[in-house]
Amino acid sequence: MADTGVVETLLQRIEKVDDGVDSLEVASSLGVDHQVIVGAVKSLQALGDVISAELRSSKRWELTEEGTEIAEQGSHEARVFSSIPLEGLGQSELMKLSFGKIGFSKAMSNKWIRVDKAHEGGPRIFRTVEKIEDQVREKLLLVKKGDMTQLEEKEKNELKKRKLLSEVTVKSYWISKGNSFSTTVTKQEAELTPEMIANGSWKEKKFKPYNFEALGVAPDCGHLHPLMKVRTQFRQIFLEMGFTEMPTNNFIESSFWNFDSLFQPQQHPARDQHDTFFLSDPALAHEFPQDYLERVKKVHSEGGFGSQGYKYDWKIEEAQKNILRTHTTAVSARMLYKLAQQKFTPVKYFSIDRVFRNETLDATHLAEFHQIEGVVADYGLTLGDLMGILHQFFTKLGITKLRFKPAYNPYTEPSMEVFSYHEGLKKWVEVGNSGVFRPEMLLPMGLPEDVSVIAWGLSLERPTMIKYGINNIRELVGHKVNLQMVYDSPICRLDSKSVHQVGVL
Amino acid sequence: MPTVGVKRDLLFKALGRTYTDEEFDELCFEFGLELDEITSEKEIISREQGDSKASGASDIILYKIDVPANRYDLLCLEGLVRGLKVFKNKLEAPRYRRVSPANGEPQRLIITKETAAVRPYAVAAVLRNITFTQERYDSFIELQEKLHQNICRKRSLVAIGTHDLDTISGPFTYTAKPPGDICFKPLNQTKEYTATQLMSLYKTDSHLRHYLHIIEDKPAYPVIYDSNGVVLSMPPIINGDHSKIALKTKNVFIECTATDLTKAKTVLDMMVTMFSEYCFFSALITWFKLSSEFINRKVGINESTEKIAQLLTRMCLLSQVTGVGDEIEVEIPPTRSDVIHACDIMEDAAMAYGFNNIPRTTPRTYTVANQFPLNKLTELLRQDLAAAGFTEALNFALCSQEDIADKLGKKIADTRAVHISNPKTAEFQVARTTLLPGLLKTVAANRKMPLPLKLFEISDVVLKDETKDVGARNSRRFCAVYYNKSPGFEVIHGLLDRTMQLLEVKSARGTGYHIQAADDSTFFPGRCAEIFVSGKSVGRLGVLHPDVINRFELTMPCSALEMDLEPFL
Repeated sequence: MADTGVVETLLQRIEKVDDGVDSLEVASSLGVDHQVIVGAVKSLQALGDVISAELRSSKRWELTEEGTEIAEQGSHEARVFSSIPLEGLGQSELMKLSFGKIGFSKAMSNKWIRVDKAHEGGPRIFRTVEKIEDQVREKLLLVKKGDMTQLEEKEKNELKKRKLLSEVTVKSYWISKGNSFSTTVTKQEAELTPEMIANGSWKEKKFKPYNFEALGVAPDCGHLHPLMKVRTQFRQIFLEMGFTEMPTNNFIESSFWNFDSLFQPQQHPARDQHDTFFLSDPALAHEFPQDYLERVKKVHSEGGFGSQGYKYDWKIEEAQKNILRTHTTAVSARMLYKLAQQKFTPVKYFSIDRVFRNETLDATHLAEFHQIEGVVADYGLTLGDLMGILHQFFTKLGITKLRFKPAYNPYTEPSMEVFSYHEGLKKWVEVGNSGVFRPEMLLPMGLPEDVSVIAWGLSLERPTMIKYGINNIRELVGHKVNLQMVYDSPICRLDSKSVHQVGVL
Repeated sequence: MPTVGVKRDLLFKALGRTYTDEEFDELCFEFGLELDEITSEKEIISREQGDSKASGASDIILYKIDVPANRYDLLCLEGLVRGLKVFKNKLEAPRYRRVSPANGEPQRLIITKETAAVRPYAVAAVLRNITFTQERYDSFIELQEKLHQNICRKRSLVAIGTHDLDTISGPFTYTAKPPGDICFKPLNQTKEYTATQLMSLYKTDSHLRHYLHIIEDKPAYPVIYDSNGVVLSMPPIINGDHSKIALKTKNVFIECTATDLTKAKTVLDMMVTMFSEYCFFSALITWFKLSSEFINRKVGINESTEKIAQLLTRMCLLSQVTGVGDEIEVEIPPTRSDVIHACDIMEDAAMAYGFNNIPRTTPRTYTVANQFPLNKLTELLRQDLAAAGFTEALNFALCSQEDIADKLGKKIADTRAVHISNPKTAEFQVARTTLLPGLLKTVAANRKMPLPLKLFEISDVVLKDETKDVGARNSRRFCAVYYNKSPGFEVIHGLLDRTMQLLEVKSARGTGYHIQAADDSTFFPGRCAEIFVSGKSVGRLGVLHPDVINRFELTMPCSALEMDLEPFL
């Protein structure tokens, strides 16, 4: 609280006037620094509506240091004039004076003095007029008194150019009575206390207003990772659509289940060292359903089930090689094989889990990422059904404009890339892959011939990066993430239109 | 996905009309292609080597088109134009025939048994009366290169050699000889070399050195001779200079040597059919019979048998209604090696119909959803651990041996870790066997954040397990760390108590959970305890050893907890 004396004096001043007072005027009339009055205004404002203070700013001309000196002692040229006696003064003498140099040239141009260069004993200065009028000083005195009206704009600028005047902005308050004006001030309470509640004293007290502009104190809490929040939402969507979650907790897979069972030929580039992580220990898988393996071998090397096959020498050694699974479709293959060993009932499966690629890494590619996959197996499913179910799935992500492009994938036929219209980018962008599993994959498993299996997949990282506005995947996944990003990430509502992003994909 | 670069104006000329970039992009989309880039030679050179190098280059507009990996028939301008024209009903699907030479004597390629050990298969054909122009010639050479890079798997499966038939005389012999016994003047060289000399000559050749490994360590190298002993080629490395083709070549002898016969035939068919329009010639055709009902049922449309036959014909699959029921007979030209099952034909019908014209329907499949119990437990627990004030981290499943062993004060042999045979960097040597290193690395990357740091992760580690078909299994773990100026064992211990409360396990020796002092080189001596549930060990907690803290580039005391979650299912 500012000096109570000043506060009270200020309040008394305000009470006496009808409209209000200016803080600068109050300061000068009380002979205190302006800041003291400003402090009093601030503390009164904190009490509520005692006073109303309006901030005003005005421009004002002020004398510079040199200007102040001139206002007191006269302009340099006048001082030169007055220091020259009737008998004149040697030029060298004059130049020794502090105002000599500047004053000499000005006095010369005013024709107040003259130089006799031929004088014996060196050049000598004489007065040429008897009396002078020091206009510069008079003008500056006017400014000092605050009487600017008599000065013309041109004259002000002239003085400003001579660095005798400067223009300054002055901030002051126009203070008037507030709605609850009073000349006496009661002390305000900061907070409600248990005592006040107990004895009822809160009824008489005034309370300091809160500053609602400030932020609150951050709660002490833990946070979920944004990628996992998005995963939870995708899981939720699949569950809402009646899909059962597949057990994908097996990162190590045999080439057999990852490739061969999907009718992916053994020379396929995806099976290269450049694309897939192979294991040195344990290097080989040692157990396969033997009769199924024989059927897979046959369909690759000789054909069958209506297919000509790839007609190459299929090797068990290739199929045995252990790898880090390159897609969760390896698990789908295991699940469909298992399904085929029972009396067939229609199923809808999904999974969201890690897959691994031995690829070149960049801002959007890591050696591991999460694959989202959906699979439906039933009698008589059509390509139209696949597009229909994709439409339902993507609608749940807030995406309704879809179109499909023919594509190639070794284990689906037809294969379709899914594109959605991105309202922000104003173009079609790829959002996933889909297809109908090939008969060469399904029939050796033992599934009935009239059962079709449709499937689609997308990555979890890409929609998450778009949703949370992250450009480098390393800022989202792995140990290099900035925890502040994790702390600050909002909840995930994939279909919400209220978020700033335009759609998640 | 291979990319084919074609000159735009040449393409439009061949297609018989011009398109705007947008129109052509749209056409590509419908046909399953992607107009990847619109550029010019000048632009490519300028981007790769700088503006100064590009000044003299051509600024003719090039279209870079992405082609599906199984459509080898679209890898050159000729095939692309043929496919698109037939698709747009501008051209009838071509029918390829084999014709005999005027003298009625076909050429012969004799394969000797010596090739069995190195490269056992070879097929050959002759393109007669071809008329090359510079553009056609360039396209012919480029198609060879595209096939070599894709279906031929960098010449390891198939290698193509093309020769001017008028400079050589059949019958030809494909054999294998010790490298010292093979001697010829290779393409674009001025003198003769033995095969041994050639292998060292090409060691520094930026292009050919990538193929040397295919035969390098074999005792005998493959070689093709004509009846006069002229060397045609030493596959899969280099052709002879004698029989090289040129613009004026009229008759081209094409040989494909291979380790995969099916692919060799496909490649030869491609070479021959793509350029057959510039000559008179032939090949074998396969036939498929299927019902229009099959296509309607699989695609989800309802079109007449005639309409479906028309759709297929637009995809270069000449189709006729046989009149027997709704049967359609489909001719598969040698260009379409990707068609191996009726479902491939069904896809072409769907493409010609237009994927986006197919009505979108909802399957009536009725199912009840179930969560995978382990994931259900994980999801529920994560929520409550965050509510307990810990923040979730997400780390990689792959890491270095050092991370899971040396840095934690353990021996790699004791970890049961699975090892990766082909990691590109040390970051991918093993699958993690513990979640702790990932959390400590996350702390290290966030040392500037206000203390304390409280992190957790629930995820899978991988352990060797003989009882599994692949010899390894995942194990779901829960790990947490507390990093502050004081070790905070009581905080981590409190988190364990809270977790057990959430899992409905009481604190009790024998029937519930308890902890008991343990020795572990990862932890500070006397500050580690083992967690037991119903008498079985499920994990450990404690204050980390200062050496461990240092190795992870941390500076503060840290306590940690890691345990198995699967026993709580």
